[in-house]
Amino acid sequence: MTTTTMPTERRSAAPATRPARSGPVKPRWTFAGTATAVGAVILAALWLVPLLWALDTSLKPEPETTRAPITWLPEAPTGDAYRSVIEQGDLIRWFLNSTVVSILVTALTLFVSVLAAYGFSRTTFPGRRVLFGLIIAGILVPPQVLIVPLFQEMTGLGLVDTYWGIVLPQVVAPVMVFVLKKFFDGISRDYEDAARVDGASRWRIVWSVMVPMSRPILVAVGIFTFIGAWNNFLWPFIVTTDPSMMTIPVGLANVQGSYGLRYAQIMASAVLGGLPLLIVYALFQRHVVRGVGDAGIKG
Amino acid sequence: MQGPDWKQRWGGLFFVAPFLLLFALFMLWPIASGFWNSFFNTSLAGVKHEFLGLQNWRDLFGDPAVWSSLKNTLVFTAMSTPPLVIIALLMALLANRKGILGWLLRFSYFAPFVLPATVVTLIWVWIYQPGFGLVNGLLTAGGFAEIDWLNTENRAMLAVVITTVWWTVGFNFLLYLAALQGIPAQVYEAAAIDGANGRQQLFRITLPLLSRTTGLIVVLQLVASLKIFDQIYLMTNGGPNYATRPIIQYIYESGFTSYRIGYASAISYLFFAIIVIVAVAQFKLFSGRGEAA
Repeated sequence: MTTTTMPTERRSAAPATRPARSGPVKPRWTFAGTATAVGAVILAALWLVPLLWALDTSLKPEPETTRAPITWLPEAPTGDAYRSVIEQGDLIRWFLNSTVVSILVTALTLFVSVLAAYGFSRTTFPGRRVLFGLIIAGILVPPQVLIVPLFQEMTGLGLVDTYWGIVLPQVVAPVMVFVLKKFFDGISRDYEDAARVDGASRWRIVWSVMVPMSRPILVAVGIFTFIGAWNNFLWPFIVTTDPSMMTIPVGLANVQGSYGLRYAQIMASAVLGGLPLLIVYALFQRHVVRGVGDAGIKG
Repeated sequence: MQGPDWKQRWGGLFFVAPFLLLFALFMLWPIASGFWNSFFNTSLAGVKHEFLGLQNWRDLFGDPAVWSSLKNTLVFTAMSTPPLVIIALLMALLANRKGILGWLLRFSYFAPFVLPATVVTLIWVWIYQPGFGLVNGLLTAGGFAEIDWLNTENRAMLAVVITTVWWTVGFNFLLYLAALQGIPAQVYEAAAIDGANGRQQLFRITLPLLSRTTGLIVVLQLVASLKIFDQIYLMTNGGPNYATRPIIQYIYESGFTSYRIGYASAISYLFFAIIVIVAVAQFKLFSGRGEAA
């Protein structure tokens, strides 16, 4: 598409901004710049269409959804689909489960990973290198290959259909320990030494020196952990059989079957299932975007 | 007392202990027990426990379903990785701007990534619906024949790939965007002073400086694509006629539908080996190139 002309507008405009005040204001309009912007907006529209189509469908009365040719906007928008989805289903319950699970996963992951990262970054004990190597190797293990033995283990522990059964395996995130350890390695020891002179224990140092100093990265990995936990499908799908213990992604998997061909209702439940994170993302976009860079989630 | 001395030597272990405990319980243990099980005829209840030796492993190599589902996984990976890298790069170049437009672009490109798989597939199954779905609505409006995307053998995988690109390209986009924003403005100013035009700046500066990022994104994407399960399971359930069933779905079915725990574990190990080989090979390649650059 417009790849080749892309950065023209932004780049060539950049040096021009400084003298702009002294000279006459030159029009910064360029053909390439406009073409790029238009291309960008078209691509964005293409990416939004499925979401808008879902919203659009959810506001139609049922008969209108299956009419050919398709109608673009609902002729008489109605909230009926939302009302029936909320009244008849377990959606609220699943929402609650997702919230509990995601908060627990995020809090526990940050807690154990911060402690471990500090341990590997700042303390010495016999076997430290071997253990760290083992954890690094753990980054390579896809959780998907563990589903069968993990389910057996959960059955043995009696954790099937419990919050802990859903949460605990997701807390094991070796990549988190790796990223945080790398970040802690970059923090000067002067701060800790000062705290230690003041009599702070290592435990205190973790929470009142290291954590405040790594706030941005913790926020970033926290947001990603939360999104990951909220959206995780395979593991909660396997470890829950009782509909009242299901999370939103798992519960919604059965919706298609139970609502039959009532597309307005299916789309209403999809919108309700997707909305919370879209709102979270819209609010925290800066953190998410910057976080990917800072955190070097890239590894 | 030897208290302080002991504390000095072993105290650090206290910090890593909580993570290590969970790591041992929910990663090392299932890895070990899965390997152990692969030599037994174990049912899900764990009642039958008959030693089979290498029987599961021999079965695996002779089972056409293993190879066809592995092939589907590889086909999906080959089809999805190039667009997921190229479109992400394009998006990053387009959205690397300030102001409200920049915000809107970043929001639109990344928004689908925050949705759960189920929501994504509910929407796309509806979009692909014959008769009154969006895609076929547009096709018929344009005078083309309808396609039953998810129930046609050589169209279903394409449909899943399109959905996947829409859903997950946002993450690679953010990685590229972060890398782009890490390129100092002075580099471009210097190039502009030397008379480099926009096209030259793109091909001589931006793209070469992004090559490390590209290597990284390709590795991450290959590994992520190999783990395909959610979208396919939810959109086609592996069909039509197993034409899209990925290897993880076969593992799932062997374990939880046929209750062949030992066999499912053996397939898991085959798959695990492939992931490790790809990741390590790509990582070697990538870090080697990184040092040379």
